[in-house]
Amino acid sequence: MDDFIAARSQMALSLGFHIIFSCIGMVMPFFMAVAHYYYLKTDNIVYKNITKAWSKGVAIFFATGAVSGTVLSFELGLLWPKFMEHAGPIFGMPFSLEGTAFFIEAIALGFFLYGWDRFNKWFHWITGVVVGVSGLASGILVVAANAWMNSPAGFDFVNGEYLNVDPMKAMFNDAWFSQSLHMCIAAFAATGFAVAGVHALMIVRRQNVYFHTKSFTIAAIFGCAAALIQPLSGDISAKDVAKRQPAKLAAMEAHFHTEKAAGLVVGGIPDEKAKDVNFGVKIPGLLSFMAHGDFNSEVTGLDKFPEENQPPVAITHYAFQIMVGLGMAMMGIAFLYFLALFKKKKWLQSDWLLKLFVAATPLGFIAVEAGWTVTEVGRQPWIIYNVMRTADAVTPMPGISYSFYMFTAMYVSLGMIVTFMLYRQIKMVDKLYDLPTGAKH
Amino acid sequence: MLYVVIIYLWTAILLYLLLGGADFGAGIIELFTSNANKIQTRKTLYEAIGPIWEANHMWLIIAIVILFVGFPTIYSTMSVYLHIPLTIMLLGIIARGTAFTFRHYDAVQDDMQEIYNPIFAYSSFITPFFLGIIAGSAVSGHIDPKAENFMDAYIFSWLHWFSVSVGLFTVSICGFLAAVFLIGETDNQHDRKRFELKAKAFNIAAVICGILVFISALIDGIPLIDWVFGNAIGIIAISAATLSLVLLWYLLYKGKSKIIRVLAGFQVTMILLTTTYRHYPNIVILKNGGYLSLIEHSGHEKTMQALALALLIGSIFILPALFYLIYSFQKKKVDYATD
Ligand code: HDD
Ligand code: HEM
Ligand code: HEM
Repeated sequence: MDDFIAARSQMALSLGFHIIFSCIGMVMPFFMAVAHYYYLKTDNIVYKNITKAWSKGVAIFFATGAVSGTVLSFELGLLWPKFMEHAGPIFGMPFSLEGTAFFIEAIALGFFLYGWDRFNKWFHWITGVVVGVSGLASGILVVAANAWMNSPAGFDFVNGEYLNVDPMKAMFNDAWFSQSLHMCIAAFAATGFAVAGVHALMIVRRQNVYFHTKSFTIAAIFGCAAALIQPLSGDISAKDVAKRQPAKLAAMEAHFHTEKAAGLVVGGIPDEKAKDVNFGVKIPGLLSFMAHGDFNSEVTGLDKFPEENQPPVAITHYAFQIMVGLGMAMMGIAFLYFLALFKKKKWLQSDWLLKLFVAATPLGFIAVEAGWTVTEVGRQPWIIYNVMRTADAVTPMPGISYSFYMFTAMYVSLGMIVTFMLYRQIKMVDKLYDLPTGAKH
Repeated sequence: MLYVVIIYLWTAILLYLLLGGADFGAGIIELFTSNANKIQTRKTLYEAIGPIWEANHMWLIIAIVILFVGFPTIYSTMSVYLHIPLTIMLLGIIARGTAFTFRHYDAVQDDMQEIYNPIFAYSSFITPFFLGIIAGSAVSGHIDPKAENFMDAYIFSWLHWFSVSVGLFTVSICGFLAAVFLIGETDNQHDRKRFELKAKAFNIAAVICGILVFISALIDGIPLIDWVFGNAIGIIAISAATLSLVLLWYLLYKGKSKIIRVLAGFQVTMILLTTTYRHYPNIVILKNGGYLSLIEHSGHEKTMQALALALLIGSIFILPALFYLIYSFQKKKVDYATD
């Protein structure tokens, strides 16, 4: 394997792995806080059991998220030393603040996990909320750093030198808001659907129905609320990308030729040689509307960029289609669920809605991975958009492919162990947490 | 503001060595514990480090972030030439952190424990060993930016007697810190005796490895003797460390198990001070006699200001919370059975 490809693959693998754990680390504390709150208010033991069961899962995920994050902070240098040499001091501000957020998160988690029956119960509850808030803050900060790579700011690039550095301007670059907003909502949607799906499966199988119904409701409400607003925030992102990274937008939409009243391509197989899309459905004018809010506006196509500055079209396009498709599917399920909650209470008792959630378990995370693929692959060939090429940033050390194989083996085994442990955790629910009498039915 | 950042960097490294070191050491002790006592050791260890291990590990991240934000050339040079030991250390960190958590949180305590336990113990050894190798290599003068071939550039930059001895020295220091720490965590005489023996063994190992470090420095042509004994600070620090070691053994004999922790920490602080003081501000020394300096190779002025501010503000939030965490869990013993 070519070293450059290996470095890119290793980065993608590590980030793709980390993002799953960080989403869960950001969102689960909020679910736990809700369950914990109900326990403190109602004294219903089942809520305490839910909190504890979830917190065991979170401890597993948190540890895995923390080590994979540590690996990332080294990997940036191990794989992209030239990039970090110049970018570190500029986009480092969010990372140094993130350090604080992580630290607070780790401390608060210590209090929360080991604090049962030891502290004032509301202090204990608050530490759980702090875990969530600081997790969310670190997510926002790290995405702001990534946004800087898409939308570099806070320095002047003169004759290959980086002058007049201003880390605050770099942090609040043009893309930070749209990206962070979209990411946070995505984390809630993905985690909410995943957790709801697992509990839905247990309800369908009639195991510990009382416990799982309560858990399901908390996760589903969070996940569905996020899924409903996700497309709105996606629309903000798309308009933003159209402004700052027209080449990425063109690749997302497989939009080869600049034109007015551009149509939106749904599906289809882009042919990069022939500069055309086969088998897609084209909705007239919609792309112009999505990108600029006007059905007749002109949308820049890939033809406006020299060949060597064009991102890979096929991957970006497929990934975007997958994200949007899944986003629509999740929005639909969310709509049905809220309808059931407020108008059609009978649906809540029936299996088809639950089975829908079971089927939707992985959708959010697939969408997250797809969305990041859009963002990162769509930025190519740049590591810092229009400033530094990815190929110029890679480490001079040969043999990166071996490192890639090693990390792949590591992450695959870790993934399997975590899945296996989660499976055991769920299977043990009835043994670990006795249900209050009368609750079984 | 530059100096604020440098002080934070040094402190983060020190705290990682002390807290993270004790943490690694606990695993190293487990590695060298007979099967009959392993279960008890594991239990003591978990009760001692469970609540804070995640926080201990943060110091490394803080140090790395300070390096890449504030001293990007140093970070990127080390990343390129010490790629291999860094990668091994990372694999160690992953294996250790996850195995530690998995073995406690696995809902079913069965044969899987046979897999987690050795992974935890061995990676507790490997990680500080390579951490030591990395630290040793940085100052060894073996990093050669002009190297012509793979071996010189990426292998001999870190594979030589000096760095390997520093690696072993780091491992024995970690074991010593952990043993001293665990003495105060047990509630029965039997375990107390066991950890005292361990502390002695690691103390002896540290002295032997320390001598090895000096010998290998001679072999590799590193002026370590001059760094340590060529200046007043070095001599004072080393003497203080030695004296406090005598005091430590006396107090241990007297049964004072909490104060000896402070002394052990003091010794490690003195060792780090001696070895970094003399060649400060140069933290990477290159083959051609060049060096990377914390002062000359720092980032832009505005960056350093922002970084220092971020660190100061961060401390206001972090330190009180951290102290309260450690304090609360020192004060009361928990009933883990319900957890
Ligand atoms: C649950 C996950 C999820 C769902 C359902 C969606 N997205 Fe998304 N999307 C993400 C998860 C995500 C993400 C993983 O969070 C990304 C990657 C980078 C980022 O900031 O968010 C992302 C990036 C991303 C980008 C690129 C931003 C950039 O490069 O700066 C655009 C244009 C959209 N999304 C648009 C949409 C639209 C129009 C959706 C309509 C349904 C949508 N997303 C659903
Ligand atoms: C966690 C979610 C993320 C995922 C799944 C992700 C995914 C990817 C992928 C697929 C690539 C390879 C692109 C290619 O070479 O074609 C990549 C590259 C990269 N990403 Fe991300 N990314 C994520 C977030 C981030 C963040 C937050 C940062 C930095 C702050 C970042 C920094 C980089 C760098 C430095 C590269 C290598 C250079 C490049 O290929 O442009 N990524 N990532
Ligand atoms: C979009 C991408 C990312 C998001 C949303 C994200 C978010 C998070 C969150 C919420 C955590 C807390 C751990 C947990 O709860 O499991 C975490 C851990 C961590 N992340 Fe990321 N992260 C991202 C990418 C990165 C990148 C690119 C780096 C490195 C440069 C990084 C470095 C770290 C570190 C060092 C930790 C461990 C901190 C700890 O021990 O708590 N992350 N991340």
